Amino acid sequence: MRTLISDKDLNRPRGKAIYWTVLTLVTVLFTLAFVFPLYWMFASAVKAPAEYAAPDPTLIPESFHPEAYANAWTRLDVARYFFNTAWYALGGWLIQLVVCVLAAYALSKLRPRFGNLVLGAMLASLMLPASALLVPAYLTVVDVPLLHVNLIDTPWALWLPAAANAFNVYVLKRFFDQIPDDLLDQAAIDGAGRLRTLWSVVLPLSRPVLAVVSILAVIAMWKDFVWPLLVLQDPQKQTLSVALSRMAGIGSFVPPTELMAGLAIASVPMIVVFLIFQRQILAGLSSGGLKG
Amino acid sequence: MSVIQQERVAGRSTRPATPPLTKRRRRLGDNLLAYVFLAAALVCFGLFSWYPMVKGVVLSFQKDYLVTDPEWVGLDNYRTVLADPLFLTAWWNTLKFTGLALVFGYAVPFGIAVLLNELRHFKGYFRLVVYLPVMLPPIVTVLLWQYFYDPGAGLFNTVLSGLHLPTSAWTQDADTAMLSLVLVSTWSNLGGATIIYLAGLQGIPGELYEAAELDGANIWQRLRHVTLPQMRFLLLVMLLLQVIATMQVFIEPFQLTGTTTPSTITVMILVYRYAFAVNNDFGLAAAMSVQLFIVLGAFSAIYLRLTRDRNA
Repeated sequence: MRTLISDKDLNRPRGKAIYWTVLTLVTVLFTLAFVFPLYWMFASAVKAPAEYAAPDPTLIPESFHPEAYANAWTRLDVARYFFNTAWYALGGWLIQLVVCVLAAYALSKLRPRFGNLVLGAMLASLMLPASALLVPAYLTVVDVPLLHVNLIDTPWALWLPAAANAFNVYVLKRFFDQIPDDLLDQAAIDGAGRLRTLWSVVLPLSRPVLAVVSILAVIAMWKDFVWPLLVLQDPQKQTLSVALSRMAGIGSFVPPTELMAGLAIASVPMIVVFLIFQRQILAGLSSGGLKG
Repeated sequence: MSVIQQERVAGRSTRPATPPLTKRRRRLGDNLLAYVFLAAALVCFGLFSWYPMVKGVVLSFQKDYLVTDPEWVGLDNYRTVLADPLFLTAWWNTLKFTGLALVFGYAVPFGIAVLLNELRHFKGYFRLVVYLPVMLPPIVTVLLWQYFYDPGAGLFNTVLSGLHLPTSAWTQDADTAMLSLVLVSTWSNLGGATIIYLAGLQGIPGELYEAAELDGANIWQRLRHVTLPQMRFLLLVMLLLQVIATMQVFIEPFQLTGTTTPSTITVMILVYRYAFAVNNDFGLAAAMSVQLFIVLGAFSAIYLRLTRDRNA
């Protein structure tokens, strides 16, 4: 593909020299800037406490104490927070998927009266910065209107707000819109009800978009910090991010290498997800960014 | 929206005056079923999106400490917030953070994207690593950098003193604290913008560059007269999105400098102090949130207007 600089220019001797210099520089700089900090996190966790705290840090650990990871997992209770977060992410993903798929299907294929109004009201929430709603949303969770239940310290405090995801509804609806109505009518003639049609005609066709929505949902739940910080106050129920923040805080005396191991453990699922689903994540990002 | 309307209009004109009973019944059934399917979403949006929108504004005119019923106090919360010496500090710090984040973080992703788009090797690797920080949980990033920033054994000062350059107290010095926060935030977020710019750059037709080259334009002229105009819209959109995101900064000051350091108290930190850390006064927090909402709402409106015009 033709870009700013043509292949012809790059193949000239001078162009070649400049190109290879720049390529080497970029490779080194990018690795230093973006990979090295991660290496540092994983590597410094295995250093002996004395080596870790020494004023001239070693690039390659001279002592090897992988038990910092085991200690973090058991003594710092990272295991509990890890599974807490996984449970919140999994439940949040499932609820969000069910709620948003049903809504998008209704808006796209059943086209009820006032459907566009409902969609508009949902999209309006995209305009609101999440942080401006933090305080009133917190009060809603403390005392849910009409029901008068308190959701603090329950997973529902994370799951229900996550289900109100206008971006998901919008993306799913747009995808469902492209599925021809003829296919659905065919299913109806074969005697399938609306729900049955959704399950066996629409959803199998929507695998790519379901994948993107699912991946983004899990990532968002895993990374979230401020909202879980507010609504999960019982230390036993906290997410890994909130627990790590607390352990690193003033007045908490956690061995630094174990804390570093905790950070590494918190990153592993995200790095793995990224390595597996890189294509979907980056593609979803560029299309979402362009279309708004 | 318009497509659906057109379909309906077209459908209606061809339909007989009184549609067969079965069809009408199916229409009614679909309507009913649609709202059954929508019910869960309507409850979730209602409780956690629409109700808080109204509640946020109402709350800013009330005293609410959670223990007793809220009480109407008119503009008292706004008066108290405006009189708080931290009010101007918070807004000034937020603007400073946003401004510095633009200086350090706005041009960088675009520059990186233009550069990467010219490279013929390791494209996959570069895209992977530039986005890696975005994947990390923000609290991990911030805590990792907290270690790098450590004035004693931190990596940055070690490297700086090894190179015989002046060291810094980073987050622990009021003069450099804000800058330190901006650097973390930039490192962790620039990958997203870079990937979006890369996608935009790949959409520029190659013929434009060829034509410019035939006209004798050198690299800089092509960048100036082809790349930039083609990317103008995307650059504008990303500018708005970055301003909206950075004005809500919270995690970096919360973890790195704490909620009590005046040099890094931002609007969201002040909201947090009012509601959760210092006053337990949700009315004050709401009055502060409403201000942020108005400012960010203005940017959001411009953003929506731009993207809608473009899509229409």
